[in-house]
Amino acid sequence: MAYVHEDQTRFKTFSRRALLLAGGQTALMASLIGRMYYLQVVEGERYRTLAEDNRINIRLLAPPRGRIVDRFGTALADNQANFQVVVVPEQTSDLGRTLDDLSRIIEVSEEDRARILKEVRRRRPFVPVTVLDNLSWHDVSRLEVNAPALPGVAIEMGQTRRYPFGEPMTQILGYVAAVAEHELSGDPLLELPGFRIGKTGMERRFDDKLRGTAGTSQVEVNAVGRVIRELSRDEGKPGRELVLSVDAGLQNFVHQRLLGVRSASAVVMNVHSGEVLALSSAPSYDASAFNIGLSSRQWQELANDPLGPLNNKAIGGTYAPGSTFKMVVALAAMEAGVSPGHKVFCPGFMELGRSRFHCWKRHGHGWLGMHDGIKQSCDVYFYDIARRAGIDRISEMAVRLGLGEATGIELPGERAGVIPTRAWKQAVIGERWQGGETLVTAIGQGFVLTTPLQLAVMTARLANGGFAVRPTLVRGFRDAMAEGEEAPSSPEATAGHVAEVAASRFAPLGISEAHMKVVGDAMDAVSNHERGTAYRSRIEEEAWALAGKTGTSQVRRISLSERQSGVKKNEDLDWRYRDHGLFVAFAPVHRPRYCCAVVVEHGGSGSRSAAPIARDILIETQRRDPSASGLRPLAAAGGQVRGS
Amino acid sequence: MAVSRLTFERNPEISLADKIGQINWGLVFVITLIAAVGCAMLYSAAEGSIDPWASRQAVRFGAGLALMFAVALIDVRIWFRYAYGLYFGALLLLGAVEFVGTAGMGAQRWIDLKVIQLQPSEVMKVALVVALARFFHGQGDEELARPTTLVVPLALVTAPAALVLKQPDLGTAMMLLMAAGAVFFVAGARLWMFALAAVMAGAAVPIGWQFLRDYQRQRVLTFLDPESDPLGAGYHILQSKIALGSGGLSGKGFLAGTQSHLSFLPEKQTDFIFTMLAEEFGMIGGLVLLGLFFLLFVYGFAIALRSRNQFGRILAIGLTANLFLYVFINIAMVMGLIPVVGVPLPLISYGGTAMLAVMLAFGLVMSVWIHRDIRIPRRGLGDT
Repeated sequence: MAYVHEDQTRFKTFSRRALLLAGGQTALMASLIGRMYYLQVVEGERYRTLAEDNRINIRLLAPPRGRIVDRFGTALADNQANFQVVVVPEQTSDLGRTLDDLSRIIEVSEEDRARILKEVRRRRPFVPVTVLDNLSWHDVSRLEVNAPALPGVAIEMGQTRRYPFGEPMTQILGYVAAVAEHELSGDPLLELPGFRIGKTGMERRFDDKLRGTAGTSQVEVNAVGRVIRELSRDEGKPGRELVLSVDAGLQNFVHQRLLGVRSASAVVMNVHSGEVLALSSAPSYDASAFNIGLSSRQWQELANDPLGPLNNKAIGGTYAPGSTFKMVVALAAMEAGVSPGHKVFCPGFMELGRSRFHCWKRHGHGWLGMHDGIKQSCDVYFYDIARRAGIDRISEMAVRLGLGEATGIELPGERAGVIPTRAWKQAVIGERWQGGETLVTAIGQGFVLTTPLQLAVMTARLANGGFAVRPTLVRGFRDAMAEGEEAPSSPEATAGHVAEVAASRFAPLGISEAHMKVVGDAMDAVSNHERGTAYRSRIEEEAWALAGKTGTSQVRRISLSERQSGVKKNEDLDWRYRDHGLFVAFAPVHRPRYCCAVVVEHGGSGSRSAAPIARDILIETQRRDPSASGLRPLAAAGGQVRGS
Repeated sequence: MAVSRLTFERNPEISLADKIGQINWGLVFVITLIAAVGCAMLYSAAEGSIDPWASRQAVRFGAGLALMFAVALIDVRIWFRYAYGLYFGALLLLGAVEFVGTAGMGAQRWIDLKVIQLQPSEVMKVALVVALARFFHGQGDEELARPTTLVVPLALVTAPAALVLKQPDLGTAMMLLMAAGAVFFVAGARLWMFALAAVMAGAAVPIGWQFLRDYQRQRVLTFLDPESDPLGAGYHILQSKIALGSGGLSGKGFLAGTQSHLSFLPEKQTDFIFTMLAEEFGMIGGLVLLGLFFLLFVYGFAIALRSRNQFGRILAIGLTANLFLYVFINIAMVMGLIPVVGVPLPLISYGGTAMLAVMLAFGLVMSVWIHRDIRIPRRGLGDT
């Protein structure tokens, strides 16, 4: 019975230790009592005096949050006054009658009435009780007019954040919501009940500037807490106003256009200044729902939606660039010494070792040079020149053009994508680079991943003559204006566009002008030559014509058996296995000003899905350009009807 | 097999009627008394109204009582058998919070708070003690002398503490560690191990400081010198001390606490509710409440010493230590003895999850009491 014996020693140990623990706890309890005695009896007198002094009550005043406006000064995020009507019971002669009078002006339901009477009974008579919330301006003015007849009735004003444009703007602006504990930073404002803080997008990125600094109001209160008078008041500093480079009208147009397909994103950017005029990811979501507070079910629905409304796909979605990568390969090859006149015969495939690499055109393109290689997007031509350039030169050119690293745009959640090199593969996958992988990279498949924004930056750098332009959404900050004051209509604010000279701010990429011209001419031909892959999506108005490049990015490799068992068309596949369609473009062809990148998720071929969207967007962009207003605006309508 | 059969014969099943007869009504009475004090304070916090807090708190306490009885009537051997299941369930929930919380976008925090985040860590405070009690039940004096024996229970403690720390919730992580420390202590872990742990913890302080978030550092600094920033971060402690101190020996009277009602006191219905009590009822009121809590602790220790199985003993002590930590940390905090950490005062502060977690713990203690004469073999319950 060793166990029994041991159980006894164990119980002894336990009892001894339990008593020790109890002793320790008793000691700690005693220390609490000691502290209580010290605070309440020894120092009690001092604290009673301090409590008297506490009659000077300092209240924090929340500053108005800075507005966010677009390049023309249109409000994208502002503060809506939220008017509520309150009644102070002790100031009414007869509360019931006051409520009756009130209900003749605004609607006070029986339920409201019961609630008010109940609340009034519970509270001290000087505490205001809310009658109605979210009053319309109309009701407010009627109440103000009738104020003399309504003793004890007052109107109080709060503020809520408003996003007048709704969904199209959410991906850029983000939203505000209640402060979480880990966001507390010592700023007393954050501890104000009901205070809102930026959670994502611009609201979060520039929260510190938009927030402003707290004001204080010192009031004297009597022993029961009634405010006797205000002693001093410091209004604090309102948040600064953030001016974005975005054009709200264009953004709206782009978003509506993208909603025509299931899931897509697009970026419109000035090729010289890098100012982003529109950046849209569809479908999106409604930011004001977050302000009120989402139910857990609503949140789950948003988070699990396969179309990813919470993800800003223009910066957070990474896609194989497909043939839009061919400009990179062409420039790398030319730098490696391949002449633009270099001819390749395309029989429809290229063999390397025992593998066969196909061209998208089954029976081949025959003989072609670089110009036609880009124009017709011949895969075999790029297999050939990619082998001559080598993967490391291609990657180096890709990085110079802005791929493979975050662009640094002022939005949280941007992803870097991938531009593979030999060293990258060795480090990440732990294998040697294969020759065939260079071929796959040449047509923008395989390891390469880019965001739509990066593709727009690449296009801008091709269009602006080879300057390392960086994208930006921000034009600057300005101090908020007082109520009623109008925005100064400076030429800069209304013109909304920065002159071409701005490009000199950016360093040249060191790419030969002659090479750039080869690529630029070929992109011109893609959409303006009848054998180009995007000819159907050209802009007929010559002054607005675009130059572009299509791309189709494979989501799933079509297996050999599928290939042999008959043509497996992209349209026959389940939606989520279909190819992504891409298009990058700049316009006008001869004096480039804007570029646009469109990615249609699972949209099929780029020429069919993405190019028409990019065309419409670039027409709208140029139509809205104030400096182009002298041009024949009717042409826009013509261009839009065609080919859609 | 033979051994366990024998044991079971010595432990005939207790009928439900017997169990109900065994309910410790003294303990139930003290718990109810404290909850009543809580409702009275919530009534006062709402300017003398049962809405919005007191009424809901009363309903929650009712639900908590039902939970407590249900848990108490379940055989302690069932709790023994499913101890690890309960623990890993709670751990899984904690991990799920971490997973959901890192999905991005910043809104999760808010959603976590509403439905998940509070719950797993509150449940874990109980589940950890249950799992540790189960583990130490099987360890004799010889095993306890070997440091390797402690590897498993240390892992049981570290996993949830690390998850909670990542949330980040420093206060709860500390409470998990301290409650576990109490269990290790009564279970008979060697004293030199505690000395070693203390030395290591001391060495870790400067390193840990680097990992604290800004707001957490702010709280520690504010604690060290609250007057440095009377309108900023030090405001809460200072106002709490003023309210408490001005209450004096006998207080200002029910519903008459000026500081609390003039909104100088933050969070008066949750973390700072003791301040309000001490302002309105003075030191006498504070002593009465402390006395009631002290009675609860005495019950907990008495039940532990009366239990005839090691699992029950450790469980009762561990849960009582847990309760003590809540009470001590909360009251020490509002009196400015320790930095501000978000720990509610059990049964008094307004809040649903904490209430249910505390009642779950009392249910387990009560179960230990009802089944105090049941023996559980060292090697467990056999294959039943």
